[in-house]
Amino acid sequence: MSAITELRSMKRKRGTPATKTSTNLRRSDGKAAAVFLAPWFLGLVTVTLFPLVASLYLSFTKYDLLSSPQWVGFQNFVDLFHDERIWQSLKVTMLYVVTSVPLQLGVALLVAVLLNQGMKGLAFYRSVIYLPSLMGGSVAIAILWREIFGEEGLLNKFLALFGIHGTGWVSNPDTALWTIVLLHVWTFGSPMIIFLAGLRQIPDMYYEASQLDGASRWRQFRSITLPLLSPIIFFNLVMQVITAFQAFTQAYVVSGGTGGPSDSTLFYTLYLYQEGFSNLHMGYASAMAWVLVLIILALTGLNFWLSKFWVFYGD
Amino acid sequence: MATPTLTPTDLGTRISTLAEAAPEKHRRGLWRSRTTSVLRHTVVIIACLLMIYPLLWMLGSSFKPTEEIFRDLSIVPRHWDFSNYSTGWNSLTYQFGKYMLNSAAIVMGCLLGNLVSCSMAAYAFARLQFRGRRIWFAVMLVTIMLPIHVIIVPRYVMFQHLGWVNTFLPLIVPSLLATDAFFIFLMVQFFRGIPMELEEAARLDGCGHARIFLQVMLPLSVPALATTAIFTFIWTWNDFFSQLVFLTSDDVKSAPLALRMFLDSSSGSSWGPMFAMSVVTIIPIFLIFLFGQKYLVRGIATTGIK
Repeated sequence: MSAITELRSMKRKRGTPATKTSTNLRRSDGKAAAVFLAPWFLGLVTVTLFPLVASLYLSFTKYDLLSSPQWVGFQNFVDLFHDERIWQSLKVTMLYVVTSVPLQLGVALLVAVLLNQGMKGLAFYRSVIYLPSLMGGSVAIAILWREIFGEEGLLNKFLALFGIHGTGWVSNPDTALWTIVLLHVWTFGSPMIIFLAGLRQIPDMYYEASQLDGASRWRQFRSITLPLLSPIIFFNLVMQVITAFQAFTQAYVVSGGTGGPSDSTLFYTLYLYQEGFSNLHMGYASAMAWVLVLIILALTGLNFWLSKFWVFYGD
Repeated sequence: MATPTLTPTDLGTRISTLAEAAPEKHRRGLWRSRTTSVLRHTVVIIACLLMIYPLLWMLGSSFKPTEEIFRDLSIVPRHWDFSNYSTGWNSLTYQFGKYMLNSAAIVMGCLLGNLVSCSMAAYAFARLQFRGRRIWFAVMLVTIMLPIHVIIVPRYVMFQHLGWVNTFLPLIVPSLLATDAFFIFLMVQFFRGIPMELEEAARLDGCGHARIFLQVMLPLSVPALATTAIFTFIWTWNDFFSQLVFLTSDDVKSAPLALRMFLDSSSGSSWGPMFAMSVVTIIPIFLIFLFGQKYLVRGIATTGIK
């Protein structure tokens, strides 16, 4: 179903010859494959692999785009370790990832289960709820968010109805990040659709049988829905963690490109952009990018390791 | 509730008691299910309203005079003011339409690239036997998860040497070269579901791979192509990071970049025009949402798009 399951099954099937398709008619495949794969292969080499290697090289250099790169060994990584803004950006990003991802998936699951009780008008509700996730990544919505959570914004007007005087949520370092977390949760529509599709795969008879045995709704959810849905939840978790770690647009727009107030929305990629493209510290930015890759790899690995304890594969 | 283990006789009595209780329980269940159903619909409707309230508010605000926007929570303007749109349209260096067209040009290029080159690569991976297929396929899957940030700096250097910065090429050429591997994967999945017999029949009739691809596979893959087109459109239209990097001079800026300029220039007095142009940039997405529903939902549900 997903790229991850695909990789898993490839690993499992290794060694068995790939002769499932009828090979008797195939002779000229090699040549045809070369033609069909030509654009992809050219792209892989020129705009993916070559830049990948080049960025590894640049991460060991000082490079400002004007003069040629100077080899500095591990200096960038040492500097990185002593850079307070890096640690701040890691803190902000981690906080964002560990709050926004579980919250978004939790809400998505909750609403999916709620909608899956054979409700009329499901398609309509599903569409309305899904709409924000198409737009959530856009600059327009980020601007809207800035105005909703501003000092004079919509939220404070709403709170004023109850006599509460709210702060400027976006300009207050204690709350700015949470407005972006909320923006991410707001786009729970797309995981919800995936969960709905997954829920429909669960045979009704499991629920009927457990009902005869007197299982409560909660018990059914815990013992049937969750385990059978866990591979899908897991896939979403892995992908969302990867993408959330690269979040950029919202923080950039909401903070006006600074990551402020007082670096409270300085996402890792935002700092990377500032270093690379505002300060032209391209070597340093490349080192940051490789650290990002390592962190994402580590988090994904951690996710896979943790999955042993909660993901249920029926096979 | 704990479930006691049942002996066969137990089971018999239990079934008969269940059968007796059934009509009564059914009636009660019906009443209960009706109230819970009403309750559930109410909850869901409130949730939906809450979800789209910000969008409606933005739409409403785009028709309000700026001083009215933050006065209250209402969606409907007290005084309709259409001038926000003309003010916003003309308040940047170029007319806003130019930025919209720039965005459209980028989207068209990416659409072409993803539809053609990704489907070609997908055909090779799904149907052709060649040496190293599994390895290349794995490489392709891994590139899906590669963060753009780790290649953006060298790409920038490379494209700058080619003189491509401040053109659309750095945004379009990678798509033409099937770099959005996610769509390759999506189409591989789809191609695998097409019965092999069709192609074998075509092959016996003397079709080569080109004709099988063009005249058998592609016509059968309209849903996958539509999903690809829709998501390419939305992601490219919303893309900000790579456009921010590669497009810096005013005449090539895309709609999201132009929209952001409102924030730089806004002295707090141009909220109305800013909301108006925000609405303008969202309209294409909304149209896709309206007319592409079927493919959107199916695409997400079957491939687990983020």
